[in-house]
Amino acid sequence: MALLPVLTFPDPRLKERSNPVEVFDAELQSFIADLEQTLRSSPGGVGIAAPQVGRLQRIVIVDVSGKPNIQHHGRLILINPEIDSWEGMVKGREGCMSVPDFTGNVIRADSITLRAHDVLGQPRQYDMRGYEARAVQHECDHLDGLLFLDRLVSRRHDLFPRKK
Amino acid sequence: MHWYMLTLIGKDRPRIVAQITAALFEGGCNLGEASMLRLGGNFAVMLMVKFAGSKATLTHLITAVAESMELHLHIDSIDAKLHQHMLPDVSISVYGADRAGIVAKVTGVLAEAGLHILDLESDVAGTETSPIYVMHIEGKAQQGIPNLESALDSIRQQGIEVRLTPIDTLVG
Repeated sequence: MALLPVLTFPDPRLKERSNPVEVFDAELQSFIADLEQTLRSSPGGVGIAAPQVGRLQRIVIVDVSGKPNIQHHGRLILINPEIDSWEGMVKGREGCMSVPDFTGNVIRADSITLRAHDVLGQPRQYDMRGYEARAVQHECDHLDGLLFLDRLVSRRHDLFPRKK
Repeated sequence: MHWYMLTLIGKDRPRIVAQITAALFEGGCNLGEASMLRLGGNFAVMLMVKFAGSKATLTHLITAVAESMELHLHIDSIDAKLHQHMLPDVSISVYGADRAGIVAKVTGVLAEAGLHILDLESDVAGTETSPIYVMHIEGKAQQGIPNLESALDSIRQQGIEVRLTPIDTLVG
């Protein structure tokens, strides 16, 4: 396994759309192992997308299991993920390994349903909410060339978040 | 290169930011972080400026445009620490009927309970006869968030609405 260098904005590859994975082979699994090691080596990181290391394929890893008192599915390898439905809106603070030294507020769906393939190409389906749903939406944005910077909302004048 | 903090304050009008930053750019300055906003009909600029010359040269560079827009200018030589943002872990929103001492009371108990304020914004809203005070603070809870939460109880008992929200920054 190897640590992969993480691209940082303004690297133009972060603004590109990634392609679907079509071959689920040993090379893919080896890349995913490297991607996961890269995520684990980042302090506080809860997700990573393949384009963040320069591989323009629709692969993300999310693992929010280190956060106390939240619902989650543990370690998730999501290949060709598709969000099928969104519900509710919640504001939360986000940062990104690809945008060092900056954080900002972003509005995300509170709960989503998601289809994806696992590392072996088997179809999977998930219902998720809260912090895990936010992490998945953040990572899926990377697959479409979107950073949280593209979704920032004002810090001022949003004192009391509206009830859902 | 030296870093300076420019403070410019005057009656609000259009084109202040464009004219000031054009003069700085033409004078060879680079800009750092800034906060600029309208406060009660005044416009306030706080702007980090990187400049090779002295404070006197920088003052000379900007004085004509500042005077033409009736802005009061102040310049401090500073130690600039870029790329080292402190991450806030808590936000506190406060609102209530405007009365003397809200800010002192709230920030006093928060300071006592370990809050390091990183950002504070406030507005006087409502009407002249019935003003309300709205304040938003972000900071770092150096003695933990439960400490801040219990400290705010005394504020709530005085009829001031306070909401404390932990900020859990998602890094993806």
